[in-house]
Amino acid sequence: MSAVLTRPLLSVENLAVHIRTDGGLARILDDVTLAVPKGGSLGVVGESGCGKSTLLRAILGILPRGATVPKGAVLFEGEDILSDHGASVRGRIGFIPQDPYLSLNPVFRAGDQILEVMRRHAPGRRRDHKEKLVELFRAVQLPDPGGALAKYPHQFSGGQRQRLLIAAALSCEPSLVVADEPTTALDVTTQREILVVLRQLIAERGLSLLFVTHDFGVLATVCDQVAVLYSGRVAETGPTRAVLDTPLHPYARMLLACHPDRATDLLGIPGTVPAATAQPPGCRFHPRCPQLHSGCPIEVPPMLPAGEGRAVACPWYEEAPRG
Amino acid sequence: MSASDARSVEPSHAAPLPGNPGEGRGGLKRPRPRFPALRRLLRDPVATFGLALVLFAVFVAIFAPWLAPYPEDAFESHILQRLRPPSAEFPFGTDNLGRDVLSRVILGTRSALLVAVAVVGASLAIGVPVGLVAGWRDGWLSELLMRVTDVFLAVPQLILALALGQLLAPGLTTAMLALALTYWPFFARTVYAETRRLRGALFVDALAGIGASTPRILLLHVLPNAAPAIVIRATIGMGFTILTAALLGFLGVGAAPPDPDWGLAVAEARQHLPEAWWFPTFPGLAILLLVLGFNLLGDGLRDIADPRLRRSRH
Repeated sequence: MSAVLTRPLLSVENLAVHIRTDGGLARILDDVTLAVPKGGSLGVVGESGCGKSTLLRAILGILPRGATVPKGAVLFEGEDILSDHGASVRGRIGFIPQDPYLSLNPVFRAGDQILEVMRRHAPGRRRDHKEKLVELFRAVQLPDPGGALAKYPHQFSGGQRQRLLIAAALSCEPSLVVADEPTTALDVTTQREILVVLRQLIAERGLSLLFVTHDFGVLATVCDQVAVLYSGRVAETGPTRAVLDTPLHPYARMLLACHPDRATDLLGIPGTVPAATAQPPGCRFHPRCPQLHSGCPIEVPPMLPAGEGRAVACPWYEEAPRG
Repeated sequence: MSASDARSVEPSHAAPLPGNPGEGRGGLKRPRPRFPALRRLLRDPVATFGLALVLFAVFVAIFAPWLAPYPEDAFESHILQRLRPPSAEFPFGTDNLGRDVLSRVILGTRSALLVAVAVVGASLAIGVPVGLVAGWRDGWLSELLMRVTDVFLAVPQLILALALGQLLAPGLTTAMLALALTYWPFFARTVYAETRRLRGALFVDALAGIGASTPRILLLHVLPNAAPAIVIRATIGMGFTILTAALLGFLGVGAAPPDPDWGLAVAEARQHLPEAWWFPTFPGLAILLLVLGFNLLGDGLRDIADPRLRRSRH
């Protein structure tokens, strides 16, 4: 149907992730299908608790204890990487975490920690690694790139630490970079600088990017494709511009309307994301949806193609918005 | 000259300076100061004093038989010269059996330190693994370990020592057993807290993600984070143990006569007070100084380990 002629670099197919909790079985992800094309960038957007971080953890093979994958697959260059917890792709996927604070062990020098990973996954000797790392530190505009090797994580500021982690993610020359809201903890100006650096590095090296965020502004700067996640399911996918300009799914529409830049007043979506242990039947958005139809609480809506490479999980998307 | 200049320049200012050694070539080879923690400790006069006291005690303990003027006074008695006041011949005087108090203080250093090291060592050997396992695991095993820890924490140290002394033979081994049994929970709780804190840290997930085994993660990556707290706790525990061991000696369930034990000496001296003031004073001073040394050193180490405290001190 829509334009996936070449094989995507990373594809997530019908992935479901369940976690056994005290409150019952949590269906964190349910039938998620996504693809990151070679050299492309996909943004995954959604509210807190919609399963964004779990999706990344599944891709990286670091699902929390007690998590099960009842169905689905994660394919990297056509290989299933879910079954071996990502062992075969170590060094080929770089990860930029959300919280730079405890991403590095505080008792070891930051440089040594990155070099240890390079020793395992990058060709060359320690000398080459050091030079390459200093080069990367310079590329991410870390002050005093040479001296940074000998510093401990706490000797960097938040923004510097985030730059350090971008360098770490790129240190083994991955073909895919996975980023989990890497700028959420930073102030707006630093956020901007870091996004610019990241975008530039990705473009220069021809890397693919999977970027998870809840910020549409950030999304528009770094991603050309977007997937909107709601309560563990994909609500809408398509080119970033098109989705941001004319969101089709009622949830995407309301979520975008909430953005302070667009809203005339502070808007919200009534209700909350359902608990992962107690999701409503049928369309998971129906309790909050202003365009509720009688079929919504019964049938799980399939992804429907909507032209221009877009797809929507709502049979009523062509209907004029209500409410 | 240029190297020290470069270090004093703020990194953010350093970048545009041409030929700055922090950039490029020099960056990889900048000499690092060796033993930075020791240097920082020596900058603190109080902690240095503590360290000096401890090192002095270790020195005395090692060379005790050669340092003591009358090494045979550990066991022999000379009734004719009992309770002599301090003089040139006996700088600390003699005790109720005519033995040189100075010699017995020197000879007692070794057992005081041995008790401290053995008790703290045994406590570490129990407490650290318990803390690591309980902090890492969820569920019944963790609960069980920590509740057992709580039970031991609730037992009063002296009462357990006295009870064990009655059950087994009273002596130094029994006292050490009782002290170790009541001190390990402190290490278990310290290590437990640190392991719990780091268990969810991303670097731990990343290690698991690249295939590191659980023992490797715990011993090589989590435990070093707890090391400062453990070292401080152990140092203060040494002083504490010496004090308690002396107290047990005083109560008669620690070292037995004729061992040259400081606490025992103070106990024996009770009957000869206030005339023979030198008899309890010098062993008591030895206890005081060694405990003080360990506590000051522990405090100094804590200041180094906690950056917030470090900043507030200067």
